[in-house]
Amino acid sequence: MTLMIKNGLVYDPLNGIDGERVDIFIQDGKIVDKVDERKAKTIDASEMVVMPGGVDIHTHIAGAEVNNARLLRPEDHFRDVEAKTNITRSGVGHSVPSTFITGYRYTRMGYTTAITPSMPPLLARHTHEELDDTPILDKAAFPLLGDSWFVLEHLRDNMIEECAAFVAWMMRATKGYAVKLVNPGGLEAWGFGGNVRNIDDQVPYFNITPREIIRGLCKVNQILHLPHSIHIHTNNLGKPGNYVTALETMKCVEDLAAGDKPIIHVTHCQFSSFKGHDWRTLESGAEEITRYVNRHSHVSLDMGQVVFTDTTTMTADGPFQYILHQLSGNKWVNGDVETETSAGIVPFTYHRKSYVHAVQWSIGLELALLIDDPWKVFLTTDHPNAAPFTTYPRIISWLMSKAARDRTMKRINKRARSKSLLGSISREYSFYEIATVTRAGQARVLGLKDKGHLGVGADADISIYNFNPEKVDPSGKFITLRKAFEDAAYTIKDGQIVAKDGEVVKSVNGKTFWVNPEVSQNLTKSVTDLKERFQEYYTVQFENYPIPESHLAYPSSIQVKAEV
Amino acid sequence: MFILKPKRNFRIPIETECITCDVFSEKSLEQIKPLLIWEGNKQRKLDELFEVEHINKTEDDEILIKISGDLSKVKKIGHEMTCGKIIIEGNAGSHLGENMRGGSIIVRGDAGSWLGSSIKGGRIEIMGNAGDYVASPYRGSSEGMRGGEIIIHGNAGNEAGNFMRGGFMRIEGNVSQFLGIHMRDGTILVDGNSDRRVGAEMVNGRIIVRGYVPEILPTFTIEDIRPSVKIDSEKIDGPFYRFIGDLTENGEGKLYISKISNPHLSFYEEHL
Repeated sequence: MTLMIKNGLVYDPLNGIDGERVDIFIQDGKIVDKVDERKAKTIDASEMVVMPGGVDIHTHIAGAEVNNARLLRPEDHFRDVEAKTNITRSGVGHSVPSTFITGYRYTRMGYTTAITPSMPPLLARHTHEELDDTPILDKAAFPLLGDSWFVLEHLRDNMIEECAAFVAWMMRATKGYAVKLVNPGGLEAWGFGGNVRNIDDQVPYFNITPREIIRGLCKVNQILHLPHSIHIHTNNLGKPGNYVTALETMKCVEDLAAGDKPIIHVTHCQFSSFKGHDWRTLESGAEEITRYVNRHSHVSLDMGQVVFTDTTTMTADGPFQYILHQLSGNKWVNGDVETETSAGIVPFTYHRKSYVHAVQWSIGLELALLIDDPWKVFLTTDHPNAAPFTTYPRIISWLMSKAARDRTMKRINKRARSKSLLGSISREYSFYEIATVTRAGQARVLGLKDKGHLGVGADADISIYNFNPEKVDPSGKFITLRKAFEDAAYTIKDGQIVAKDGEVVKSVNGKTFWVNPEVSQNLTKSVTDLKERFQEYYTVQFENYPIPESHLAYPSSIQVKAEV
Repeated sequence: MFILKPKRNFRIPIETECITCDVFSEKSLEQIKPLLIWEGNKQRKLDELFEVEHINKTEDDEILIKISGDLSKVKKIGHEMTCGKIIIEGNAGSHLGENMRGGSIIVRGDAGSWLGSSIKGGRIEIMGNAGDYVASPYRGSSEGMRGGEIIIHGNAGNEAGNFMRGGFMRIEGNVSQFLGIHMRDGTILVDGNSDRRVGAEMVNGRIIVRGYVPEILPTFTIEDIRPSVKIDSEKIDGPFYRFIGDLTENGEGKLYISKISNPHLSFYEEHL
C-alpha cells in the first residue's frame, strides 16, 4: 500500500523536525522519500499533528503475572466490556484488559510498540503466546535475571564472561530483549521470607550484594552489546526514604559509563523517589533524583505516573507486594517461580484525598518536569501498577498544561498539596518534548532503530492527532488536547491504516522482537555444563527449556555480536 | 401505573435491566414496548415477552410498576433504580434491585440469589424467601451493600451481607452459612436461626441473631452480655452474648447472639 500524509505538522525529534509541514511518503510498510503520487492514497493532515507511532517502554500487557491478575479480578472485567465488531474481537478489563483489547486500546491512542518488562524465564512460552495474541502492536519482553541462581553464582565467583554467556543463552532461549532486574537479591531473600534493606545488604546463602548484581549485569550487558541498557526496578521500592537507594543504584554503575549512552534504566522511578521516615512523614524525593539525573548522562528513567483510579498492582517484587497487601487489606496473589523470581498481585485504588497517593501523583509529574532533558525521562504508568495505560492522554495534558495540573491540584489532599513542588513549576511540555517522552526517547533507549522516527527507512508506524497547535493553545484547551490523544485521527502500522478517529479499522499482526547475541564457542560450552544443575533444580530439562523461534507467530530477531 | 404480565412461561433466563422506574418514567407506553431485553442469547422487545399496560391512576406521586406472574427466570429487575416503586406479585429472579440507589421494590413471593447486589440506597422487601448472596457484590469485588434497607420475611441462603459496608438488613426467618462474611459496616438482624460461621472475616459492623447458632468461630472473643440492642430507634430485647472479631482480620465487628436460644454457648461466660 502506498500512502502520502500531506500538510501535517510533523514532530520527529530523532530527526530534529519540530512542528514543520513536511509530507511523508510510505511504501511497503516503510517510510520512503518519494512515491508515485497518482497511485498513492492521500491523507490530508493539514489541521493535525503527525508523530511517529507511540512506544511504551514498560507496560505489563502479557505474561504470568498479568494472567494471574485477570484470574484474581473478575470484577475488573465486569466493569469494562467491549463487544466484538466486524473487525475487532470482544474483550474485557479495565486495569488488566484481555490481550486483543490491549492491542486495540493502544492503537486507538496512536501507540504501535509496547514492551512487557517482566517475563519469568520459565514462563516465557506463555508470555510469548499472549504476545502473539496481542494484535497490531510490535512487542518485546524482558526476562527477569536479577535473581536467577545461575546469575547470582556466576557473579559471586566473579565469572563475568561465563555470566554473559549464560545471559546470551537466556535471551535466545526465552526470546527476550533486555536484562530486567527486580529488587535484585531481594526476591531471592523473599524465598526465605526476607528482603534486602539496601544495595550493600547480603543476599542470604549467596554471599553477594545487590550492588554486585547490578554492576555485574551492567558489565554483562555491555559485553553482549545488547540494544537496551539494564532495566531495573530498584531495591526498597515503595518504601519511604527509598530515594537514597535509587540514587545509590544509579551511582553504583557511574564508573562503567562510556560515552553518552545510558547504561541503566531506572523504571517507574516515582515508586523509588520517596523521602521521609514513614508514611506519615512521606515527602517527594524527586528533587534529589532529578538533580542527579540532570548532571549525569548514564541514566534514563520512566515516570510510573499515578492517576487516581482503581487499578491492579503487579510486580515480581514479592516482598513489596506483601507490604502493599498488608497496607490495603486487599486480596492478593503471591507467586514463586522456582530459582528465578517471585511475584505478587494486589488490587489497589489511588484516592485523591489520600495524603500518600496524592504525594505519589505529585512525584511522578515532578520527575518529568524537573528533568531538563526529555531524552532521559519517559512517560509511563507502569501499566497497570500506577494506572492503566489508557490514562496516558490525561498525563500528556498534565505535562503540557499547568492549568490542567492546577485543576487536579485543587482536588487532592490538602497537606499533600501544600508540600508539593508542582505549584511552583511553570514548565509546560511542547509537542516536540511530548513526542520525545512518548516515542523517540523510548525507541532510542530501547535501541529500536526503525521505531520512533519518521526518517527514510523507518518503519511506517505513524500516529496523527486531530489538534492544531497553530490555532489552539494546548495549555488552555487541555481537555481538547486530551481527547485528541485519546482518539487518534489515524494510526498507521507498517504502512496500513489500523485506526481512524479512535476506531480500529483494521487488525494486523505485530512482530515480537528478540535479541540473539553471539558469543564465542568455548563460552557456549560453559552453558551446556548447566545441564546437571537443571536436572537438580528445575521442573524442566535443559533441552526442553528454550523456546524455538518457530513457536513465535511473528518473530523478528536482532543479531548482536558480543565482545567475548 | 404500568402493569406487566409475562405472555408465557419462561424456560430460559431473561435479562431485563430496563424494567426500572427511571426508564419507565421518562417514556410513553409506545416507547416502552420496544425496549430491548435478552432472552438467553437472543435480543427481544419487551412486548414480545410481556403484556404492557398503562393505567393513569396516580394515588400518590410515585411511579409504580406492577408485575404479576412467575418471574423466577427474570433477572435484573430494578437495575440501578433511583426512584419509584416496583411491586412483583409472584416470584422474582436473581439480581433483583442490583446497584439500586433509591425507590422501593416489594416482592410478594420469593426472590432469587444476588438480591440487592451492591445496593446503595432504597428499600427492598421480600414476603417469601431469598436465595444466596443477598446484598453481595459481584464476584471478586469488595464493594458490597452501602446503604438502604433489605427486609426478608422468610429465609435467606448462604453469604448474606457479603462485604456489607452500610445500611440495614433484616431476615425474619433463618439464614444459612457465612452470614455477614467480610462485613465492613452496617447492621444485620436475623430473627430466626443461623448456620455456622457467622461473621467470618468481618472487620466491623453488627450482626444480631435472635435464634439458634450452632457455634461461634474460634476467632471471636466474648466481650460481655448485653440486655438489649438498639437499632436506630428500635430496641431489640435480649439478653445477648456480645462477641468481637474476626481477630484474624484485626476486626472490631460485633456479634450479638441471643443467650436464651443458645444455652450451649454458656461456657463462654467463664471467660468474662
